Amino acid sequence: MNTATTTVNGHSADHEDHGHHPSGLMRWITTTNHKDIGSMYLWFSFAMFLVGGCMALTIRSELFQPGLQLVRPEFFNQLTTLHGLIMVFGAIMPAFVGFANWMLPLQIGASDMAFGRMNNLSFWLLPPAALLLTTSMFVPGGAAAAGWTLYPPLTIQQGMGMDMAIFALHILGLSSIMGSINIITTIFNLRAPGMTLMKMPLFCWTWLVTAFLIIAVMPVLAGAVTMTLTDRHFGTSFFSAAGGGDPVLFQHIFWFFGHPEVYIVIIPGFGIVSQVISTFSRKPLFGYASMVYAVAAIGILSFTVWAHHMYTTGMPVTAQLYFMYATMFIAVPTGVKIFNWTATMWRGSLSFETPMLFAIGFIFLFTVGGFSGLVLAMAAVDVQMQDTYYVVAHFHYTMVAGALFSAFAGAYYWLPKWTGHMYNEKLGQVHFWLSFIFFNMTFFVQHFLGIAGMPRRIPDYALQFTDFNQISTVGAFGLGLSQLLFLYNVITCIKGGPKAPAKPWEGAEGLEWDVPSPAPYHTWEVQPVVK
Amino acid sequence: MTRAAQRVGLLRLAGGMVLTMLAQAVNAAYRVNFQEPATKLAQTVYDLHMMMMYICGVIFVGVFGVMFYAIVKHRKAPGRVAATFHENTTVEILWTVIPTIILLVMVWPVTKTLISMRDATGADITIKATGYQWKWGYDYIKGEGEGIKFKSVLSTPREQIEGKAPKGEHYLLEVDNHVVVPIGKKIRILTTAEDVIHAWYMPAFAVKQDAVPGFIRDTSFRADREGTFRGQCAELCGKDHGFMPIVVDVVSAEKYSAWVAEQKTRMAAVADDPAKVWTLDELKTRGETVYAQNCSACHQPTGKGLPPAFPALDGSKIATGPREDHLHLVLNGKAGTAMAAFGKQLSDAEIAAVVTYERNAWGNKVGDMVQPSEVKASRK
Repeated sequence: MNTATTTVNGHSADHEDHGHHPSGLMRWITTTNHKDIGSMYLWFSFAMFLVGGCMALTIRSELFQPGLQLVRPEFFNQLTTLHGLIMVFGAIMPAFVGFANWMLPLQIGASDMAFGRMNNLSFWLLPPAALLLTTSMFVPGGAAAAGWTLYPPLTIQQGMGMDMAIFALHILGLSSIMGSINIITTIFNLRAPGMTLMKMPLFCWTWLVTAFLIIAVMPVLAGAVTMTLTDRHFGTSFFSAAGGGDPVLFQHIFWFFGHPEVYIVIIPGFGIVSQVISTFSRKPLFGYASMVYAVAAIGILSFTVWAHHMYTTGMPVTAQLYFMYATMFIAVPTGVKIFNWTATMWRGSLSFETPMLFAIGFIFLFTVGGFSGLVLAMAAVDVQMQDTYYVVAHFHYTMVAGALFSAFAGAYYWLPKWTGHMYNEKLGQVHFWLSFIFFNMTFFVQHFLGIAGMPRRIPDYALQFTDFNQISTVGAFGLGLSQLLFLYNVITCIKGGPKAPAKPWEGAEGLEWDVPSPAPYHTWEVQPVVK
Repeated sequence: MTRAAQRVGLLRLAGGMVLTMLAQAVNAAYRVNFQEPATKLAQTVYDLHMMMMYICGVIFVGVFGVMFYAIVKHRKAPGRVAATFHENTTVEILWTVIPTIILLVMVWPVTKTLISMRDATGADITIKATGYQWKWGYDYIKGEGEGIKFKSVLSTPREQIEGKAPKGEHYLLEVDNHVVVPIGKKIRILTTAEDVIHAWYMPAFAVKQDAVPGFIRDTSFRADREGTFRGQCAELCGKDHGFMPIVVDVVSAEKYSAWVAEQKTRMAAVADDPAKVWTLDELKTRGETVYAQNCSACHQPTGKGLPPAFPALDGSKIATGPREDHLHLVLNGKAGTAMAAFGKQLSDAEIAAVVTYERNAWGNKVGDMVQPSEVKASRK
């Protein structure tokens, strides 16, 4: 592996000097380089994260006290809808594709992704989709306001903002399918000699499973929203009882997409956390094989549980029982992962740099989200929780403390490799602790609100919900503002800071640490041999 | 070591603070659990939830006890060498099998509860709850009180919502007409909707059932204590989703019979004589009430609407144009928009009144009117 490193050094220096590629803006528009594209994905997702975050803060401001103060109810509904769509499709998913672009080729010893031009296209589809979503707020009738789940017949009533959201989803789906094809092909065909599948770092494995999930379910979502589109404009009645259709049919199709989707946003995070925990425990990952099987099992099971989002729609009790048992079964492989991470830390030599803090925070809070998920899985109890703030709390524990925290762990872990500089460790730790505290302040109290009976997606509430809503709003502003520390840290890290060695983390394993920091523009032009 | 001791001390301090805060929270009557159950089923659900909390709590403390032990004791220190083990088949089988067994233990009582929860047979009284944007309609269709029907609309004044008046005790959880049911009787609720999906949610009964347009679903409850219980629509149904609460009064059998009698007299009194010919002023007065209950949420009391989603009626082409078009729109709604077909919700007299009112209110001075008999004719 060390010989390979020197080759890379020699080669890449030549390449940079040739200056084949255009500079300035054209470099970014025409690039087929996985590192450029990875960076663009990451910046794009962070920008969308801020946009979606501002919407969340507007929502929380309105909910600071009972009564209508800041926004009108119809605009409130547009905010909740766009916040959901932007965070899921614009922030979390592209963030992990960005990580995949940067790290997969480095980790498996490939010189780039398999399809460079398609890679470029799959990124450049994102900005138009983001524009469609955000500008839909300014068209007559405003943006889609039916929640990110887009249930008809409410979607049939809305203005052209809904059509814009539908087209945006089509484009985003197209982009992520292309990204997934690229990832699968790269992993199957471009691994370095000796890098067998069962030797791949866990991040590669988790992305492989995720990519298959994306290819399987994004067309399902596209189908569902296309049926909505034809119901809206072309006289079909898929979701209208008056024409022989059924509104609940949409929910089945949506959640057949939607449940795998929630694993799509978390599974790559499992990979990042596995690597970070192992590195900072200075110990190999416990149960590598069972981790791989657990991820695959979670991926497959995710197709069999969709209707647990629909316990109150009035399905037969036998169907409720099936979906309840199937959902509970997912707790087993998920538990295995938590146990494996704990066993990895056991008798290690632990240190607590920012990536490790975020990884431990991830495990801790994701487990809380897992337990509330188990409560929600129990159909008889779910009747009390469905469509209340308990659900809101649950999925923010899995998506913010889960997906977002794992993305932060990954970002701090690989920033030295990307930029060639060490980030400010102290600031990183402050970022973690503020995020951790304010996250819990925002979302833990929402469990209580939900249990006490506060429905989700309401712009105004009864007086007994006031206290917890105020705590939650204050927490949300703390959480939002803390993220500016991250932005500042990343920018200063790009601009300068202590020089990062090729392997900045003592316990790190893997090919990505064999190339210098920052990783040269072209890496692994001669494949390394893994023994 | 002293540093570790300091940390432990800090942790204790933090733990103490959390406990104090929790104690204060409970004292301040913060609600951190379900509403007090009013049915046996709701009590069972409450107990199931507590059982799960305890089981999850024990597992949580167990797993993170181990992890935090490692965090404190296995941290990097001079001379510390990490172990190198990375698998152990026995342990891995154990932590797959044991959680499976725990889950099976958990799911058994939930299965029993679920099956009894979904059994809506043998009801004493059947009530149909219809979701409208944004109110509930109730029809007592079987059992004592059969034939009673009414709409139930939020009664919190607009001024309270907009902060122009102090908020009342039951802010947003109060309606003009309560659902009234007798204690100890099995009540079956059929849910459906007129426009979009709503959900009938009553926390104290552990009842939540989606109301799907074009379909009928059912749920049931048997209340075991008297009182007034409050819930809300739980499925996003558009602009005023947060403003269509549900209020149920559970009363004694005698009080219920009295209420039924009172409702029957009321309904007979307000039933309109179909042959009556109304004057313009009568129609306008009646129309104003109908407008306030059914139209003003979108088109606003001023008739200015909230364009572009909810157009203005003041000066609109429809409200000042031909009577037939105006009547047709109110009766049949407008597909693809939030404009509902009010023909199914309102009586002939109500439709006639509201159309007449809209044509002669605000700046609209058309001067003509629509009679109930004309509404009846154009329904066909």
